[in-house]
Amino acid sequence: MTKIEFMQGNTACAEAALAAGCRFFGGYPITPSTEIAEHMARRLPKMDGVFVQMEDEIGSIASVIGASWTGARAMTATSGPGFSLMMENIGYAVMTETPCVIVNIQRGGPSTGQPTMAAQGDMLQCRFGSHGDYGTIALCPASVQEMYDLTVKAFNLADRFRIPVFVMSDEVVGHMRERIEIPDTVTVVPRRPLEKGTLPFTAGADGVPGFPEFGKGYGVHVTGLTHDERGYPEATDPALHAALVERLVRKVEDARHEIADVTLTQPDAEIVFITYGPPTRTVRQVLHDNPEKAFGHLQLRIVWPFPEDVLGAFPHARAFIVPEMNFGQIAREIERHTCVPVKSVPKLGGELHTPDELLAVAEALR
Amino acid sequence: MSFKDWFREDRLPHIFCTGCGNGTVINCTLEAVEEMGWIRDTTVFISGIGCSSRAPGYITTDSLHTTHGRALAFATGVKLANPRLNVVVFTGDGDLAAIGGNHFIHACRRNIDITVVCMNNMIYGMTGGQGSPCTPPGAISTTTPYGMCEPVFDLSALAVTAGANYVARWTSYHVTELTKAIKVGLDTPGFSFIEAMVQCPTAYGRRNKLRQVSDMVTYLKTHALLLQKKQRMEEEGETVPADMFAVGEFVRRDRPAMGVLK
Repeated sequence: MTKIEFMQGNTACAEAALAAGCRFFGGYPITPSTEIAEHMARRLPKMDGVFVQMEDEIGSIASVIGASWTGARAMTATSGPGFSLMMENIGYAVMTETPCVIVNIQRGGPSTGQPTMAAQGDMLQCRFGSHGDYGTIALCPASVQEMYDLTVKAFNLADRFRIPVFVMSDEVVGHMRERIEIPDTVTVVPRRPLEKGTLPFTAGADGVPGFPEFGKGYGVHVTGLTHDERGYPEATDPALHAALVERLVRKVEDARHEIADVTLTQPDAEIVFITYGPPTRTVRQVLHDNPEKAFGHLQLRIVWPFPEDVLGAFPHARAFIVPEMNFGQIAREIERHTCVPVKSVPKLGGELHTPDELLAVAEALR
Repeated sequence: MSFKDWFREDRLPHIFCTGCGNGTVINCTLEAVEEMGWIRDTTVFISGIGCSSRAPGYITTDSLHTTHGRALAFATGVKLANPRLNVVVFTGDGDLAAIGGNHFIHACRRNIDITVVCMNNMIYGMTGGQGSPCTPPGAISTTTPYGMCEPVFDLSALAVTAGANYVARWTSYHVTELTKAIKVGLDTPGFSFIEAMVQCPTAYGRRNKLRQVSDMVTYLKTHALLLQKKQRMEEEGETVPADMFAVGEFVRRDRPAMGVLK
């Protein structure tokens, strides 16, 4: 039976992770994500899981990657400064195809910025922050319920594609308390084990290799160096490197329409809002308050890989309005995929757009 | 020891230079692992970046060749998530003492049940011979062309202070003692740190009048001072030459440890 609760976003994230089978959390305290670590510290030891507070965020993500190689579903949670510190090892997880979940409760940046205020300023960092080319998945909840549902989904996607998956939430959703429906069980799709006789980094048709868990007799060598299908370092063969990196990008990018998670409202609209995360709530209010204006709305629950086809679902669109709590990071990605004029509505400082602000932008475009 | 069981023949030739001491230390480690009766399927070798960190890539077990300085943080995750695995970390002076220093002291403090074998060659070998926190005063490297002006980090003393259950130092010359020390480390619950001073004729010896491999091994042999002898000299008021380093067992104790299989 579904359980109804009144819960904070960060708590919902931790509970969802536990429901999804997460049994390892390596973390470091940082506002506004700390409640996730605190909740995991209370809950994991009673569930035969491991909570470890590491010496910094570099160590946190490293411990998570190590735990994942023993077969555990593993995660960490952080915010901007910690997220920046994790970048090198995120690239390591990409290169070694290590499933893990990284929750970023975004706050105002750059640098120490606004520890207690919300932002969406790390949306390009989560896509491009580590050096080199790769594909990645980023989920953006707009409510406590979505925090729960998308955290579960993040673990399944991480195991399915063998990549680090980002839950790119923010201080608004992380610290908000809302009604939430917690299901009895959640769907858990475990990672596919490596078939004996197959080389450890030989990919299947979907570009994803089976997982050779440590301690099961695979004798696998895992390295962040460019490696061949045996996992052996081969760092100077141009064709081998090109093929490996292309696979790391394409295994995610080619599946973007399968991965996509969106909600479309009024597909015949001429003025269409596109949002992810908290601005979604403001736009819903605008639509609710102004039904006669027939605004359209596209909510992206998964921003990366960007599902560009979905823009075509608004055939009469004359303008896309993109309110973001940053200087216009995803508006630029949308511009790249459409001939429809894109109106970026950045909002910095930590507060949400008001419905009046967004209504005024839409009215000016009529 | 059966080399076929532990080494990946299909990875030869290895990358270590002629005369490198790392092979000796890897052999001593695998000898100790085999004496412990550990098997391949449940033994994991983990490393960071540098010459010493290439060792796991030549061993047939599961192995994790990670990022620079972070091996101990990765190892912490592996060991805590599955305490049934025997975890050994190979590292070097640059990897462990410079970029990885913070993880080192905290792994010692947690006293996590892993064994760390540090190949201290007093130099950054992989990148061609830059000074490290363990380059002796006055020594020439590509980044200390006028002689190293910083003091040396005593890694074993650091491990003792930070809380490791077992700490020993030997050199690539002392293969019997080194193998025994590693075995004690593997057998000790909690964090074990074995520092192996090794020769690097290519990046260190060449610039420091120790060009021949035998010169470097002789240097290690003649500069190693048995801990008991050093203590006796100090008690008797004798001056211990500044360029000598103590070898032997620095600590063996039973502090509460993390990641020990219950």
